[in-house]
Amino acid sequence: MSIDTKTAARVAKLARIRVDEADLPALAEEFTNILGFIEQLNEVDVEGVEPMTSVTPQRLFRRDDVINDGHQQEAVLANAPDAREGFFAVPMVVE
Amino acid sequence: MSDLMNLTLAGARDALRLGETTSVELTEASLAAVAASKPLNVFVHDTSAIARAQAMAADLRIKAGDAPAMCGLPIGMKDLFCTKGVATQAASAILTGFKPQYESTVSQKLFDAGAVMVGKLNMDEFAMGSSNETSIYGNAVNPWKIDDRDLTPGGSSGGSAAAVAAETCLAATGTDTGGSIRQPAAFTGTTGIKPTYGRCSRWGIVAFASSLDQAGPITKNVRDAAIMLEAMCGFDAKDSTSANIPVPDFEAALSGDIRGKIIGIPKEYRVENMPAELEALWAQGTEMLQDAGAKVRDISLPHTKYALPAYYVIAPAEASSNLARYDGVRFGHRAQLEAGDGITEMYEKTRAEGFGSEVQRRVMIGTYVLSAGFYDAYYNRARRVRALIKKDFDDAFISGIDAILTPATPSAAFGLGEMANADPVKMYLFDVFTVTVNLAGLPAISVPAGLDSKGLPLGLQLIGRPWEEGELLNTAYALEEALGFNTKPAQWWI
Repeated sequence: MSIDTKTAARVAKLARIRVDEADLPALAEEFTNILGFIEQLNEVDVEGVEPMTSVTPQRLFRRDDVINDGHQQEAVLANAPDAREGFFAVPMVVE
Repeated sequence: MSDLMNLTLAGARDALRLGETTSVELTEASLAAVAASKPLNVFVHDTSAIARAQAMAADLRIKAGDAPAMCGLPIGMKDLFCTKGVATQAASAILTGFKPQYESTVSQKLFDAGAVMVGKLNMDEFAMGSSNETSIYGNAVNPWKIDDRDLTPGGSSGGSAAAVAAETCLAATGTDTGGSIRQPAAFTGTTGIKPTYGRCSRWGIVAFASSLDQAGPITKNVRDAAIMLEAMCGFDAKDSTSANIPVPDFEAALSGDIRGKIIGIPKEYRVENMPAELEALWAQGTEMLQDAGAKVRDISLPHTKYALPAYYVIAPAEASSNLARYDGVRFGHRAQLEAGDGITEMYEKTRAEGFGSEVQRRVMIGTYVLSAGFYDAYYNRARRVRALIKKDFDDAFISGIDAILTPATPSAAFGLGEMANADPVKMYLFDVFTVTVNLAGLPAISVPAGLDSKGLPLGLQLIGRPWEEGELLNTAYALEEALGFNTKPAQWWI
């Protein structure tokens, strides 16, 4: 499948990665190459095969539903680019 | 450089227990070797102060007769492991300045076992790469050299493999999502094992593709791999895919006796353009296992060819989800915003500035294959093919195969920069022999086998049954004994 620049721009938008208009054709070409490589998978007969979710048949274990952690506001905020008054600060989201 | 750095983990451990040296001496020798290794660009964050404190503590433990397996032994730590209070960047600009407030389970286990961390190691950005060329720190350089060119140590654990091959530390941690321990081990003449998925806790390891990622050691030989792997393994309630089964004594499994074991040779791994030396080493390894009493049987793993394309759907899909957390809000880099920029601009600029091109490419491919309308055609199809790849291995093991012998990589190390203009798919092909194992969740080890005609190391890979790392290590041990590889690179960088 050939990926056009419009699709490339849409994917970049979905991935929240800014891509300059001028870089879109090269990006679209890369996608086309990689997806071309992936398309070999269409040769495989997968009729009746369940998509694999886990390599081990075990069910993910669950811990007891108890509070076992918390009160670590300082540690949680320690690496934030902008933390104020105990919160993460971001540009205005609602008017 | 000091002779102490010639020691193996086992040799250094025994010397420490006999009082022939101290952890402080070993650690100082390692730190000197680290300082002298600048041209290799393998160590990216200095932890010498921590190392010195850990060495003194280790010596006290040894004196008190409380010396666990790794006690006092200087190791390097891949930059993917979160280390409390120590810069952890996954070789990415987006994690500039990030200092975890917690310790990864694997590094904590190693510290509990007395290991000394002499530095954080270079790698491909977010472990995405096969040549250590996608790192924000610049390329790591292979200590093996045959002409003026600097060669790649492989990737993504390129810094780990190069650091061990250069004898700057006795061993190093790595992680393996598609071959990132075994391929660099093969390129540097070192030993690397990826255990069964679920053996090592993933907690605190910066995530790439969660259903494939596993930690493991890169060491000088198989015995060292057994010692260090055991210290890294074990159940962890903080990783829901961690296996709650006992970890056996891997070193005790090394008898070298493989009589009656059945070794499978998969015909699908005989690829086009395989170098003659690699083919010869593979045949030689097969013969050696036979001479040691194993039976050899030709087998077929019919879906091998589809492993790489399936991987390049599943791994980017999981990466696009895992890397969504890098949004400029909670940690790491945030782009400078202009007046009027809102939160979407903040995300988009931050991620464009913070991620390198290979990471961007994979996040976007992953986004595409998971997007509405393509999820079934790409992602679900790849997961179905993955089930068939695993079934190939299951069938082989059910038929009585104990281990599978293959080459580790399709060629020896290449020159840094030589693949710069190549199609990304070309680079992906370096994982052709290793990636099947991650998709099936199996344990596998790369053992140095010999040199190619130019004098560069080549590796052989052994793939084992799930949870039978002990037996796998023992088969690798027998192979290692027979191969007798003990060539080391000339120390041109000092």
